[in-house]
Amino acid sequence: MEFNAPAGENLFDRAKIVGKSTPRIDGPLKVSGRAPYAAERHDVAANQAYGWIVGAGIAKGRIRAMDLDEARRAPGVIAIVAATEHEPVASSDFNYAPLFGGREVSHYHQAIAVVVAETFEQARAAAGLIRTSYTNGEGTFDLKKAAPGAPLASDRPSDSAKIGDFDAAFAAAPVKVDERYTTPDEAHAMMEPFATIAAWDGPKLTVWTSNQMIEWSRQALASILKMDADNIRVDSPYIGGGFGGKLFVRSDAVMAALGAKAAKRPVKIAMQRPLMFNNATHRHATMQRLRIGAERDGRIVAIGHENWSGNITGEAGENATLQTPKLYSGANRLIANHIAQLDLPEGNAMRAPGELPGHLALEVAMDELAEKLGMDPVELRIVNDTQGMVPGEPDTKLSDRNLTRCLREGADMFGWSKREARPGRSRKGRWLTGMGVAAGYRAAPTMKSGARVRMTDRGQLVVETDMTDIGTGTYTILAQTAAETMGLPLDAVRVELGDSSFPVSAGSGGQWGAASSTAGVYAACVALRRMIGEKLGFDADAATFDGGRATLGVESWSIRDAGALTAEDSMTFGEFKKDYDVGTYAGHFAEVKVDAYTGETYITRMLAVCDAGRILNPLSARSQVIGGMVMAAGAALTEDLHVDKRFGFFANHDLAGYEVPVHADIPHQECVFLDTLDPVSTPLKAKGVGELGICGPGAAVANAIYNATGIRVRDYPLTLDKYLDRLPAIA
Amino acid sequence: MAEDGFMKVSRRGVLAGGVASAAVGQASILRAQDSSTGGAAKQAKVPVRLTVNGTPQELELDSRTTLLDTLREHLKLTGSKKGCDHGQCGACTVMVNGTRINSCLSLAVQHQGDEITTIEGLGSPEDLHPMQAAFVEHDGYQCGYCTPGQICSAVAVLEEIRNGIPSHVTEDLTGRMRATEMEMRERMSGNICRCGAYSNIAEAMAQVAKG
Amino acid sequence: MRSFTYERAASPAEAARAVATTQGAKFIAGGTNLIDLMKLEIETPTHLVDVQDLGLDRVEETEEGGLRIGTFVSNTALSAHPRVREDYAVLTRAIQAGASGQLRNKASTGGNLLQRTRCAYFYDTNMPCNKRKPGDGCAAIDGFSRQLGVIGTSDSCIATYPGDMAVAMRALDAVVETVKPDGTARAIPVADFHRLWGDTPHIETALEPGEMITHVRLPTPLGGQHFYHKVRDRRSYAYALVSVAAVIQSDGTGRVAFGGVAPKPWRSEAADAQLPNGAAAVVRTAFADARPTEQNAFKIPLAERTLAGILAEMRS
Repeated sequence: MEFNAPAGENLFDRAKIVGKSTPRIDGPLKVSGRAPYAAERHDVAANQAYGWIVGAGIAKGRIRAMDLDEARRAPGVIAIVAATEHEPVASSDFNYAPLFGGREVSHYHQAIAVVVAETFEQARAAAGLIRTSYTNGEGTFDLKKAAPGAPLASDRPSDSAKIGDFDAAFAAAPVKVDERYTTPDEAHAMMEPFATIAAWDGPKLTVWTSNQMIEWSRQALASILKMDADNIRVDSPYIGGGFGGKLFVRSDAVMAALGAKAAKRPVKIAMQRPLMFNNATHRHATMQRLRIGAERDGRIVAIGHENWSGNITGEAGENATLQTPKLYSGANRLIANHIAQLDLPEGNAMRAPGELPGHLALEVAMDELAEKLGMDPVELRIVNDTQGMVPGEPDTKLSDRNLTRCLREGADMFGWSKREARPGRSRKGRWLTGMGVAAGYRAAPTMKSGARVRMTDRGQLVVETDMTDIGTGTYTILAQTAAETMGLPLDAVRVELGDSSFPVSAGSGGQWGAASSTAGVYAACVALRRMIGEKLGFDADAATFDGGRATLGVESWSIRDAGALTAEDSMTFGEFKKDYDVGTYAGHFAEVKVDAYTGETYITRMLAVCDAGRILNPLSARSQVIGGMVMAAGAALTEDLHVDKRFGFFANHDLAGYEVPVHADIPHQECVFLDTLDPVSTPLKAKGVGELGICGPGAAVANAIYNATGIRVRDYPLTLDKYLDRLPAIA
Repeated sequence: MAEDGFMKVSRRGVLAGGVASAAVGQASILRAQDSSTGGAAKQAKVPVRLTVNGTPQELELDSRTTLLDTLREHLKLTGSKKGCDHGQCGACTVMVNGTRINSCLSLAVQHQGDEITTIEGLGSPEDLHPMQAAFVEHDGYQCGYCTPGQICSAVAVLEEIRNGIPSHVTEDLTGRMRATEMEMRERMSGNICRCGAYSNIAEAMAQVAKG
Repeated sequence: MRSFTYERAASPAEAARAVATTQGAKFIAGGTNLIDLMKLEIETPTHLVDVQDLGLDRVEETEEGGLRIGTFVSNTALSAHPRVREDYAVLTRAIQAGASGQLRNKASTGGNLLQRTRCAYFYDTNMPCNKRKPGDGCAAIDGFSRQLGVIGTSDSCIATYPGDMAVAMRALDAVVETVKPDGTARAIPVADFHRLWGDTPHIETALEPGEMITHVRLPTPLGGQHFYHKVRDRRSYAYALVSVAAVIQSDGTGRVAFGGVAPKPWRSEAADAQLPNGAAAVVRTAFADARPTEQNAFKIPLAERTLAGILAEMRS
């Protein structure tokens, strides 16, 4: 089915199941410990051996020698696949640094061997007996040094755009902000490590793994292992978090496959946590310059956003300018996204790639502008909201945008009017308090998505798609969609996900999963309805499906009478969507208290008001948004991969050193969804929310800290050592 | 393990070559002891007896086996999760003789005769523990990987408050403990949820605490 | 993790003897730090002597009105003990500021005194580290040192003692009781328990080979108001940037120990004497010989501001 025109009124506008808060159908398995994650699948292959990955001890260079003898003699060792004895694996479209690179070391903790043994304890111990010597290469690890000469990432409009005469307009603007911001490298730090069980059956390879994008990863494995993709099965029904880190096959899958081949047995690997931070991908650090010029009434006349990041690839990187063309008006505009080549581990997508650091800079610059204007920061944003056009893309139409409502309604709910506008003036005892606001924008893309629906002769429906649930609530929204479309109760639907033997879906990434995959299930269900209609002799497209029956006029049929049927289809998205910017919008509010003595900062309240079209399951959508807010709080306050620029690696590579938020850091959070529909998005008029929640809250926290203290720190995370000397004098 | 003399080190610190950006390797590592010493006795398995979710278990284990790996790999009770294996995340939380601990930082041999309760022992999909049901109702999870640890901790935290154990945020150390929101948040902080379900978990716990 | 043999000792002296006579042997109590380090092969014992069956899991009153804490008493049990809450609140506060509930339930009193540093380079066995391997060099001094020590460090090592409990014990002038392999006992003031390691950063305590901690003795209660303020990047489950343990009397005199700044809980009687003169005077004295790195120099003003906050709270 192709979605080739904006949706008109349809069955979802009368929905009984879609759009209703629904506890997750996979919930009882998850809370009872019965949901099987990748490394836990004892049942799928007999005689599993254990693999342990050895990571490179240098950042760049060449392996001179590996002494494997002692490890090979160690108890329980079945096989060792080592860089000095094995060809490098091939590359793929989905990764740059080889996942097993032979003697060449391109980043710290790159996989250089896997030890396979009878037990976990034996594999780990034997790995410790491998001795490796290196010839060191030279590398570049310092973004600040590499940035000045860094070229534009590409000549695409998203990386380089000029509208009007930015320089002249900015120079002439009566009120302006010109500031630089930095954001650090960050880690996905999902709770389930990269994990895979790999088993060979002749030429056929099965990997039970933890992965967001099943088809990408099947294709990537085929390239990397130089195999026919048809001989590879990827299965990933439960995923313990990904956030972009599991968009791609990583070395756990590759080394498990190589290890299993060498051991002639299924091999299980769960990557050790201290290896994950340098072995796998991360969010790139950025340096950003924001220049915004405005008239005295607050209208922006010039807005310039320049960004620098670095990557081992010398391309892609973290484009922090992405939201800037979308959010605020201004006739004269400049976008420039630069990328430097660095020899740190590979950077790649992490939840709202580009927009997370972009909002941390842009939305603070807006706060700074508001202060210079003597204007309320909510009002400044509303004054510069544009109805009916995309500010930086004058030729693009808007689908549905309600940013001003998000800000206004949020301000009302949050009690914004009680905010003391003068910074540093609200103090209760030792606590300085403040409020901050930020707008949020995240694109709502859709991708082709397929599904198969099987109706059993008992009237049960089984949905099969290689779509994944990474905590997003996919199982439930797909069941809701299928139940709604087929007119069945929710408990008549079973959903099977993550298996590459199922139809190819959009997968989970870029906030496209929910909107795309529900549309794909809808397409398959429509095909099934037509099969039922054909079988029972009615026009399914004209009929209403409800309560297990199809009704047309005065006639009615039990759909069970059609017997067992299977339908498969996918939703594709037509050219017309290219004329539109389909975005999601938010108003984010935060309140903090800062200890006037020590600078310790606690968030005391958070609110997000979101505009994201139809909310398929408000219960799990709320979770997506508050989860994004938590990660944004981490980005604002604590998360920081510290680059050792001498050795070229992230030094704090465990969960004690890399501090993500804990329970005590996060207050009660409010999340409100505007009751909006976006007919340009999908037949369900729904858009994703998984990344909207992280776009803006960090800046709202930063602005709240400024409001509390009068101290502006533009170097994230905002740890107390960066402003201790500017806190109020102590007696 | 890296083994190289490429990098110059001084007692004062590290001299990173002549070039500022030069990568540096590390000095040789000599093993204090050859791993073959100790002989066969070291590889001998150790008998371990413990009770898991009410069922007595007798196992022969490598002495290095953690309680977590005993559960996950030997008893195939995979509800207890391995998130970090270093006591930094809490996903492996189980109750030992009624007290919650990180099972990843405990050797099975330390637990002779102990009674272990895991998430599987709290309830099943068909018969959920009230805390498990509250997590479902309040969507106190997302990916689900930290969830068993969160739930084991949540159950134990309410018990710790009932037993009058103070916390970092308890103002009056000698008064009666109360299950306030901040008390629960502080006491749950050893269970990291990267999906960020904290606010919903707090609501689930508050519901159970009220009874 | 290397293979090891395992035994449970039947008496403290037997445990000490077993560790002294078995090459590569170590005690294990809770194991929360040791097992972590064994997994990374930073610790590689060949034999473990488990002390859980020695009856050292009780807190007893001493004749002079103090407490005698068995080495195997868990952090949780110690912090929750009624007498500790009543008379040594700084200790309850410090323990509860450390680690997580799960870890405190398992970690022992003796083991917590022996907790090793969290320096990132100590934890990464590819990196040079004089503490892991004497003579190897220190990667931290010119590296990622934000968390590390500012005083009492050396040209060989700038690590810190990372714990909280001992900082309070230092303020209380606790005494560590041990038994040696020959069965003789000794008492080591906690002030002397952790070493300023100089150029031997691998030797962190005053314990002799095989010497086992049996108890920690708290002297008679000091009275006064008890404070433990731990400043960290996140609000819980994190190591201190700086922590301040203070016991302050109504006349403004008292004791202050600082954590997260040195190889040991940092306290000087000369600095204590400055308490009536305010936080700046105390910190100026206590940190007179500080040698911070560029990354961790903030710890000294932070220590001052943290103490100033405590003194302000005291006054209000």
